[in-house]
Amino acid sequence: MLNKMALAMPRSGMNKLTLKPDLGKKLMVHAVLLTYTVVALFPILVILINSFKTRKAIFNDPLGLPDASSFTLVGFEEVLARSSFDVFFFNSLIVTVLSLFFVLLFGAMAAWALTEYRFRGALFIAALFAMGIMIPIRLGTVSILQLMVDLDLVNTRTSLVLVYIAQGLPLAVYILSEFIRTIPKELKEAARCDNVSEYKIFFQIVLPLIRPAMATVAVFTMIPIWNDLWFPLILAPGESTQTITLGVQQFIGQFVTDWNAVLSSLTLAIAPVLVLYLVFSRQLIRGLTAGAVK
Amino acid sequence: MMTHSDIRKPFPWHILVFLAPGLLIYLTVSVYPLLDTLRLGFFSEDKSGATFFVGMQNYANLLFSEVWSEPFWNALKNNLMFFVIHMLLQNPIGLLLALLLSSPRLRLSGTYRTLLFMPTMLSVVIVGFVWQLLLSPLWGISEDFMYNIGLGDYFDAWLGKEGTALVTLSLISVWQFVGIPMMLIYAALLNIPEDLNDAGVVDGANSWQIFWNIKLPLLLPTISMVSILTFVANFNAFELIYAVKGALAGPNFSSDIMGTLFYRTFFGFQLQQGSPTMGAAVATLMFLIILIGVAIYLFFVQRRIQRFQL
Repeated sequence: MLNKMALAMPRSGMNKLTLKPDLGKKLMVHAVLLTYTVVALFPILVILINSFKTRKAIFNDPLGLPDASSFTLVGFEEVLARSSFDVFFFNSLIVTVLSLFFVLLFGAMAAWALTEYRFRGALFIAALFAMGIMIPIRLGTVSILQLMVDLDLVNTRTSLVLVYIAQGLPLAVYILSEFIRTIPKELKEAARCDNVSEYKIFFQIVLPLIRPAMATVAVFTMIPIWNDLWFPLILAPGESTQTITLGVQQFIGQFVTDWNAVLSSLTLAIAPVLVLYLVFSRQLIRGLTAGAVK
Repeated sequence: MMTHSDIRKPFPWHILVFLAPGLLIYLTVSVYPLLDTLRLGFFSEDKSGATFFVGMQNYANLLFSEVWSEPFWNALKNNLMFFVIHMLLQNPIGLLLALLLSSPRLRLSGTYRTLLFMPTMLSVVIVGFVWQLLLSPLWGISEDFMYNIGLGDYFDAWLGKEGTALVTLSLISVWQFVGIPMMLIYAALLNIPEDLNDAGVVDGANSWQIFWNIKLPLLLPTISMVSILTFVANFNAFELIYAVKGALAGPNFSSDIMGTLFYRTFFGFQLQQGSPTMGAAVATLMFLIILIGVAIYLFFVQRRIQRFQL
């Protein structure tokens, strides 16, 4: 059908020119992409640059790089002195790492059970998980808070980890199931003939094979958890359990007029994500372009 | 239990062991709270905190009463606006960038891809503050920029005005999330076989014709998936408005969307007390809106498109 469409198109005389304007075309493509790259990065760069400048330089020369006379770390000193940034950072780290670990482990186990074995209700459970991809867990917040109150988990990192596991599982089960289906039957059958236990088959044969998919799931799970504001705000707003996103949100709320401190706190919040992104960007892009999320 | 009496096959414990931990957490922390929220929407609370059944009363209040209906319809209208702006800008810009990125033998395409996706990685909260600073008349970065390109007179404190706050916030969100349609469409473009393009070129089609007649039809499933993802994300949004405008979604609720309405209803603000049951009712309506969107996508759009592809 597509070929027919292509054939039906009028033959224009333009095609004879296609070789020549190639360079011009290429330049245009680069110009547009470069312009948009500036649009995408400019705001981030402005914040990073100015967080290292004196207040006077921030206002007088907002786009200039810090030089010897305008360089200062006073903003960072203030942030570190007036807030518990180290605590926030640690909270975010531990919540993200723990959630990620359990999403991957439990997600892979569930995906394996749902794809490998035939049992009553398997289809229903798979559908239940699939629903979670589209329906945001946030809509259950009223009852989640009630549940955490009942379990005496309010203002604990555990409450966040539990919610994020539940939030991450649907996508993990979906992506990992797709991947597990591609594992050749012979591998498993051979192991079963040798009387290898189901657990060993999963942990020693299957898990290593699905590692690339696990990395993709990890990136997709990690980012929303690290960046989340809603659940930290509702489940763990206490000073000692705040995550970095909530911490920055509250810190800036208090120090709106202290530009040095505001810019520095933004930089402190942006930097770890950018580093993480640059480390994992290849994995993320591979995951996206492999069509992992369809 | 019955495992001992089962002669033919032992109970498949391993299935349970594999499935139980994930399923248990998912059921208790996600499925049960969602269902319980739907239930709570039919209840009300007295001063002691005891709940009692009120049927459709909460929904009647939200949709028709004097106190509740105005904020509700306002939030819904704003949320629709928020979504429409994303559809009109975010997805077309994403499509354009993806097309450019996928041009054959493009140098630095990997670098562009990585850099263009960067804003998407940041927390919405951070992005909100960054733009608040950039647009602040106090700092003057945007104002100077506008003067430099000769449009200085048009500069305004957009985030602070009733007429422009919501549009400005939507544009900030578009700026941040344009990377998602870009990447997904780019991935789909890579999967289009070269032969199809070549066939088009041989038949004398120009780039525009190739895009319109070959690429776009093949991209439709991806574009519709991106649209439903945008829809769900937009009707579930909260952070950006909260970070920039606070729970009151000012000025004068002009930037209020379903997420901020839900938060205020649930937790209360200033003089108004929060109500879990009213909050649950708002969440239920959000749930219905999202469900309708997803259903339309699954039953009408996706099905039709797949048939078209064949």
